[in-house]
Amino acid sequence: MSITEYFDLLFSDYTLRTITLGTAVLGAICGMLGSFAVLRKQSLLGDAISHAALPGIALAFLITGSKDTNILLLGALVSGLIGTFWIRGIITKTHLKTDTALGLILSLFFGFGMLLLTFIQKQPNANQAGLDKYLFGQAATLVESDVNLMVIVTGFCLVIMLLFWKEFKIMLFDAEYTKTLGFNTQFIDVLITFFIVLAIVLGLQTVGVVLMSAMLLAPAASARQWTNKLSVMIGLAALFGAFSGVVGTAISASDSNLSTGPVIVLVAAVFVLASFIFSPGRGLLFRELKFRQNRRDLHLRKTLQLMYGIASTHENIAHPHAIRILNNFQGFTRKTLRKMEEKGWVTIQNQEWAMTEKGYSKAENLYNQLEENDDTTD
Amino acid sequence: MSDLIAIQVDDLTVAYNYKPVLWDIDLQVPEGVLMAIVGPNGAGKSTLIKAILGIIKPIAGSITIYGEPYEKQRKLVAYVPQKGTVDWDFPTTAIDVVMMGTYGRLGWIKRPGTKEKKAALEALEKVGMLAFKNRQISQLSGGQQQRVFLARALVQDASIYFMDEPFQGVDATTEIAIINILKELRRAGKTLVVVHHDLQTVPEYFDWVTFLNVKKIATGPVKDIFNDDNLTKTYGINYKVAINK
Repeated sequence: MSITEYFDLLFSDYTLRTITLGTAVLGAICGMLGSFAVLRKQSLLGDAISHAALPGIALAFLITGSKDTNILLLGALVSGLIGTFWIRGIITKTHLKTDTALGLILSLFFGFGMLLLTFIQKQPNANQAGLDKYLFGQAATLVESDVNLMVIVTGFCLVIMLLFWKEFKIMLFDAEYTKTLGFNTQFIDVLITFFIVLAIVLGLQTVGVVLMSAMLLAPAASARQWTNKLSVMIGLAALFGAFSGVVGTAISASDSNLSTGPVIVLVAAVFVLASFIFSPGRGLLFRELKFRQNRRDLHLRKTLQLMYGIASTHENIAHPHAIRILNNFQGFTRKTLRKMEEKGWVTIQNQEWAMTEKGYSKAENLYNQLEENDDTTD
Repeated sequence: MSDLIAIQVDDLTVAYNYKPVLWDIDLQVPEGVLMAIVGPNGAGKSTLIKAILGIIKPIAGSITIYGEPYEKQRKLVAYVPQKGTVDWDFPTTAIDVVMMGTYGRLGWIKRPGTKEKKAALEALEKVGMLAFKNRQISQLSGGQQQRVFLARALVQDASIYFMDEPFQGVDATTEIAIINILKELRRAGKTLVVVHHDLQTVPEYFDWVTFLNVKKIATGPVKDIFNDDNLTKTYGINYKVAINK
């Protein structure tokens, strides 16, 4: 199946539609909540939580013996939350720093989870196979009820976010100040963290424990490059996430037969790369262009200053001089001369240039900081 | 200044990991003073403000604002944190930050409306930042960011203002603009408590001062207690002699 065939099939094939819808909704909710994680500088929290969810999945299976997704994910939710609150506990109760706490809980829980998985595999029970799909995710196992759950949680999340928008925003920006205003910051904090855990748990089936944090961070990091407005950032992150989901599913469902989770993550990474290069204002390309523009401006100013030096020795500043006279000066080209003529600083006639009043006063005030430099932005 | 006590602190002790940062502080701040808290680094100046505001939980002592606990008097109090405590690359604009000053009055869930926006614009104008209202906050200079923080506190329309080093890293123009606003607030009968580092300007800017170095060294009118004796007790060196060397 090629990519075009995929999009043809998308609307007729039930399985394909379910999976695509699932990855799109997952991408959207992860982008949305990932923005919170990125802005709180808790990018690595996602990684720790997703790894902390693994023992929950294994224990849920051991206790119930069922491989029902909802039961396993409930186990993941509980163990993810326990991991999160342990991390917070370690940070507030000991001298350890955040990164140490995250690393500690991540490896501890993940190690315990792997231990349980191998234990389960050794059991003489035919029912045990397939739990390891939660390591790297398997989008193909998504069924309609899974997608419904994702849609419900996303909707719930959206409502809460809109309701507490003001509180979330101020809390993300200045938590201590929020506390002095009388808001229960602990409640807001727990609410945000709970939603991040929820999004991660939802994604485990599709993307898996190991790559889940990328789903949270990549769309948010891309979105931050394009806007300086929180609402736009969260909207864009949701959009990028959903798009990564759809494109990733399309690529993996076509000929290539690649595993869906990693492909989705790679597509999201392409978004990050493109955003870092092409976004206006913060992008690398924009910065390079701005740098060149500044260099051209400087060139122009240097030439103008040289002309000023020559013109100021004459009583009449408009006295024409041969263009040749500028030859020894490295900053002069036909192009800079033309540009200066456009700005009305000089007039050029028959291989000779003459300074205008405007050019003269510009040159006089060239390094005057207080003067409004109107020519730097064009 | 009136006879009313705006802030009353009794036997306040704060510790981080068993190391006392503030030790047995008793403090009375009369209504209507412009008070500096001075002391060396690590003296607990910021901690004192944060403890009064309920950000940090003290291990002992009591604090009242006009005779009532802080939780009941929140709406009377505004706070300007240190500029460095927030991430100025946060995706928001100057007016949005100032508007946050109205959130406390609004309470949960309710959104700011035209009335709040008008108040925010007025506050921005007062600090001379109206022209920058839609500027992304990372594109403001340090002094401008400080003014935005001050505007956010002004919007709170409080009776008592706590400010943590509002003059830190700002140029002379901004410093003058800020102190003029503080003096105007005092003339309007407000009480101001300011963590301050520049001892030279204390007599010029403030009428009340508290010397702090883990313990309270002295508190009272600048003209009575701002002297070599207290400075030496607080900083451990004879301040003037050390400078003249």
